[in-house]
Amino acid sequence: MEPAEAIPRVSLPVVEEVEPPPLTFRQLFWRRFRRHKLALFAAGVLLFMLLYAVGGTLVFSEAEANYTDTTLRLQGPSREHPFGTDTVGRDILARTVYGGQISLLIGLSAMLVEVLLGIVIGALAGFYGGIVDSLLMRFTEAMLNIPQLFLLIVMAKFFGGRIPNIVLAGRTFSGSVIVIVLIIGVTSWMYLARIVRAEFLSIKENEYILAARATGTRNLGIIVQHILPNCMAPIVVSATLSVASAITLEAYISFLGMGVQAPTATWGNMLDGAYNYVETAPWLWIFPGLLIVLTVLSINFVGDGLRDALDPRSLAK
Amino acid sequence: MTRYIIRRLLQAIPLIFVISVILFVLMQSVSDPLATMGGRTVTRKADRERLTRQLGLDKPLYMQYLYWLIGNDWTKTDVDGDGVPETPGRRRGVLRGDFGTSLVNRGKPVLQVIWDRLPNTLLLMGISEAVIILGALVVGLYSALRQYSLLDQVMTAISFFGYSMPIFFLALMSIYIFAVNFKRWGLPYLPVVGMFDPQIGKTWGQVALHMILPVFSLSFMYFAAYSRYIRSTMLEVLSQDYIRTARAKGLPRSMVIFVHALKNASLPIVTVVGLDLPFLLAGAIVTERIFAWPGMGRLFLDHVGRGDTPVVMGILMLIAVAVVVFQLLTDVTYAWLDPRIRYN
Amino acid sequence: MIPLLQVQDLTVRFDVLDGLVHAVNGISYTLNEGETLGIVGESGCGKSVSVLSMMRLIPQPPGKIVAGQVFYRGRDLLDLDDAEMQHVRGKEIAMVFQDPMTCLNPVLTIGRQISEAIVVHTGATWEQGRRQTVRLLEMVGIPQAADRLGDYPHQFSGGMRQRAMIAMALACSPSIFIADEPTTALDVTIQAQVIELVKSLRDRLGMAVIWITHDLGVIAGLAEKVIVMYAGFIVERGSVDDIYGDPRHPYTLALLKSLPRVDRSSHEPLATIGGMPPDLLGLPAGCPFAVRCDYRVEQCLQENPRLRPILASHEIACWVDVAGRHGPVTGRAI
Repeated sequence: MEPAEAIPRVSLPVVEEVEPPPLTFRQLFWRRFRRHKLALFAAGVLLFMLLYAVGGTLVFSEAEANYTDTTLRLQGPSREHPFGTDTVGRDILARTVYGGQISLLIGLSAMLVEVLLGIVIGALAGFYGGIVDSLLMRFTEAMLNIPQLFLLIVMAKFFGGRIPNIVLAGRTFSGSVIVIVLIIGVTSWMYLARIVRAEFLSIKENEYILAARATGTRNLGIIVQHILPNCMAPIVVSATLSVASAITLEAYISFLGMGVQAPTATWGNMLDGAYNYVETAPWLWIFPGLLIVLTVLSINFVGDGLRDALDPRSLAK
Repeated sequence: MTRYIIRRLLQAIPLIFVISVILFVLMQSVSDPLATMGGRTVTRKADRERLTRQLGLDKPLYMQYLYWLIGNDWTKTDVDGDGVPETPGRRRGVLRGDFGTSLVNRGKPVLQVIWDRLPNTLLLMGISEAVIILGALVVGLYSALRQYSLLDQVMTAISFFGYSMPIFFLALMSIYIFAVNFKRWGLPYLPVVGMFDPQIGKTWGQVALHMILPVFSLSFMYFAAYSRYIRSTMLEVLSQDYIRTARAKGLPRSMVIFVHALKNASLPIVTVVGLDLPFLLAGAIVTERIFAWPGMGRLFLDHVGRGDTPVVMGILMLIAVAVVVFQLLTDVTYAWLDPRIRYN
Repeated sequence: MIPLLQVQDLTVRFDVLDGLVHAVNGISYTLNEGETLGIVGESGCGKSVSVLSMMRLIPQPPGKIVAGQVFYRGRDLLDLDDAEMQHVRGKEIAMVFQDPMTCLNPVLTIGRQISEAIVVHTGATWEQGRRQTVRLLEMVGIPQAADRLGDYPHQFSGGMRQRAMIAMALACSPSIFIADEPTTALDVTIQAQVIELVKSLRDRLGMAVIWITHDLGVIAGLAEKVIVMYAGFIVERGSVDDIYGDPRHPYTLALLKSLPRVDRSSHEPLATIGGMPPDLLGLPAGCPFAVRCDYRVEQCLQENPRLRPILASHEIACWVDVAGRHGPVTGRAI
C-alpha cells in the first residue's frame, strides 16, 4: 500500500482525445455504395449497355439495321449475323443496338416526366396541406387504384397514331415514341408523389423552415431551396428504379403490339409477334429479351445499392 | 373496431366515384363509338347524327356521366333530331347493374360479355396466388432462418431475376424449354395453347394440364418478390426484443418461430399480399395472350383493339372496384389481426 | 457446498465491420444460494453482455464466447447443447429485461406469455397453467388478475408491464433471477415499487438474484455482494459494505462521488468523471481506466492490473489502492 502522501501524477503524452472528423456525406455515400459489390458490378453492366447502344452506331449504321433482305429471313445465329436475322431478313444484332437506344431513351425520358409530375404534385400537397392536399391525394389514390397496364393499353391505343414521325439528325423517329414516354410518365408518378409528400410533411415542421420564412423567403424559394434538397435521397432511389419499370412497361406494351411503331425499333417491339416463332426461331426473342432482363436487373441492383447507401437510417452493414 | 370498418367504408365509396369519373372522362375522350359501330355502313351524315343522338354523345360530358351512372330510362332522348325528345331511354345505369351493351358484340350486355370470361381468369389468378403465397412462405421462412446459407443466396439471386424479368420473357422461356424442347427430347411436354384440347374436351385434367405453364409464368415473378419480403420481415421480427425474451424463457425454437415471430410477421405480409392481389390481373393480360387463355385479360385486349368502349369501361371499373374492395378487406383484416388496433 | 453459480474467466468478443470488440474480458465471480449480487457499471462496460452470454442469448455471429466457463450447479452452461440449454433458461435461471414495452410480444396476451413458460417447462396443461398465472399475477400485485389474462401488453401501464414480466420470470420458480436494468425505463416512484416487490419475492421464494444497473443508489439497499465493471473487466469486488463504506478502486470512488447527495449544499458543483468511455475496439495496453484516473502512476499505463485481494472478500484490480486518500464519500446508509 502506498504511503499517504502526494504521489506525483504521471502526465500523459499530449495526445488530444479527439474523435476522428466525421465523414462528409459524399464520403459516407461512397463508402457504403462500394460495399455493395453487386451494385457496383451492376453499374458496370449498365455502363456497358450504354456503350453498346451508343457505341454500336459506330459499328452499324441505321441503314444496315433497317436493311431488309427477305432471302435471308429467319436465319439462326452465324458469323455474319451473330444474333441471327428476323422475319424480313434484318440483322438482329444491329437492330438491338438501335432498339437499345430507343429503349434506354424511353426509360430515361419517362422517368423525367414521372419525376417532374411526382415532385410537383407531392410538393404542393405536402407543403400547402389542407384542402389542396386532400384533393390531390384523392386524385393520387384514385389513379393508384387503376392498374397501370390497363390504362397504358387504352391510352396507347388512342394516342398512338396521333403524333407524326419526327426527323432528327437524319434519322426518322416514330411519333409513338413520344406518346409512350408521356403515357408511361403520366401513369407512374403516384408512388413518387406520395413519397415526396411524406417528406415535405415532415421536413416542413423543422425550425430552419420557420427561420427561412422569418427572413422573408417566398414559398417557392422555401420549397426549392430548403425542402427539396433534403429529400433528394428517396427521389433519387425512386427515379432510378422507375427507369427500370419504364423500360419494362415499354416492353410490355410493345410486345402487345400497341407500343412503339415502325419504323422505330425498340427491344420491346422486336418481341412483338415473336411468340409465333417460339419453336422455329427462338433467337428472335431470346436476344432482345436477354438485353431487357440484363438492363432492368442491373438498374434494380444499382437502385438497391443506392437505397442502402443513401438511407441514413439503414444500418452500416 | 366496427367504427373503423364503417370509417373505411365511408372513405372507399367516394374513392370509387372519383375513379369512375376519371375513367369515364378518359374513355369518352379516347373512344369513337361511331367508328366502332359503323364500319362501312354508317357513312351517311344523317345516320351518324342519329347514332350520335341515340348514344347520347351530343350531350355535355357530365350529362353523359350521369346517364352512365343512373341510366336514362327516366328521361327521353331526341332520336329523330327534331328537337323534341320522344324516345324513352333504355339504359338503367351502372348503379343498377347495367353497364350498357357491347359495341362489338352487338346488343350483348357488357356484364354478360365479361362474365363469360371472368371465371377463367379467376381460376388462373386464384391458383397462381395460392402457389405464390405457399411457395413464398416456405422459401421466405427458410431463408430467414438459414440466413446466408447456400439456398438463401441462391433464392436471393433467383428472386432478383424473377423480379426484373418481364413476364413474357419468362413465359416464352418456359414455353421454349418445357414445351418445345421437351417435345424434341422426347419428354412429355406441356400444352401451351388455350384451356383445353378441343379434341379431348373441357375436363378437369385438361384444364389443370394447360394451367401449369401459365400459372408458373404468372407466379414466378411475384413468388420471387414475396419470398424476399417475407424473409426481410421475418428477419426484422426475429431481431426484436420480445423474441429474446421468448428465448430467455426457454421456449422451444419451433414455438418461438411459429408463434412468437410468425404472428408478428404475418401483419405486414397480409398487407402486401392483400394489396397486390388485384394487380395480378395486369400480369394476366400478357400471360393470357401468350398462352391463348380465354380470360378477361384477352377480352380486354381484343375489345380495346376494336374500340368497344362500354366493355372496356366495364372491365376497368370492375378492376378498380376490386382494388378498392381488396384494400378495404386488407385493412380490416390487419386491424382485426393486430390487437393494438382491435382493442383500442 | 458447491456455489450455485460460478463464472470463471468469461471472455466475449464481437466481430464487427470495424474490428473486434472486446466486450467482456475474463471476468469471474461466484453466487451462492439465496444471495443477491449487484453488477454495477456505466453503459457499455459489458455487464449486460456477460449475463446474456451466460444464458447463451448472444447471437453467435458476430458474438463469440472465446473463453471461460459458467458452472451452474456444477455443470458448465457453455458446454450444453441447445436442447439442454432450453431446459435451463426460464426454469433454472430466469431473466427480466429493461424495457417491458418492447420485451413483451405485442400480439400475444399476457396470460399466454406467462402460461406458456409453465406449460413448456413443467408439463402442466394449459388450464393448470392459467390458474398458476393468475396466482403469479396476484403475487406481483396486479389487481383483478383473472380478468387481465386476456389483455395485451399495450393495455397495461408501464409499471404493470414490468410486474407482469417479473411474474413471467418467476413462473417456474427459478433458482437464479437475473434483472438487467429492470427499473431504468420506469418512473422513480414505480421504480421503488418494483424494487420492493423484487425484495419481498426474493425473501419469500429464497432465490438468488443478480441485479444489473448503472444506478449505485439502487444496489445499496438490495445486494449483499457487489461487482464493479469497467471496459469489460471487473475492477472491484466485495460486500456491499466494502464497496460503499470503503471503496478502494479509483473508478468506484469516482462513481460514488458523482452521486448527488441530499446533505450536500446545492451550490456545490456535481462531480463528474472526466474523459470519455473506453473504445472497446482498441483497448490500451495498460489499465483501461488509467486515462481518466486521478490517481494513476507510470505502471498503470503499461500493465493492466489483475484482481488482487485487499481484505478477505474485498478485491480490486488496481496498482494504487486509494484507501484513506479521500474524504468521506458516503454516509454508508444511502
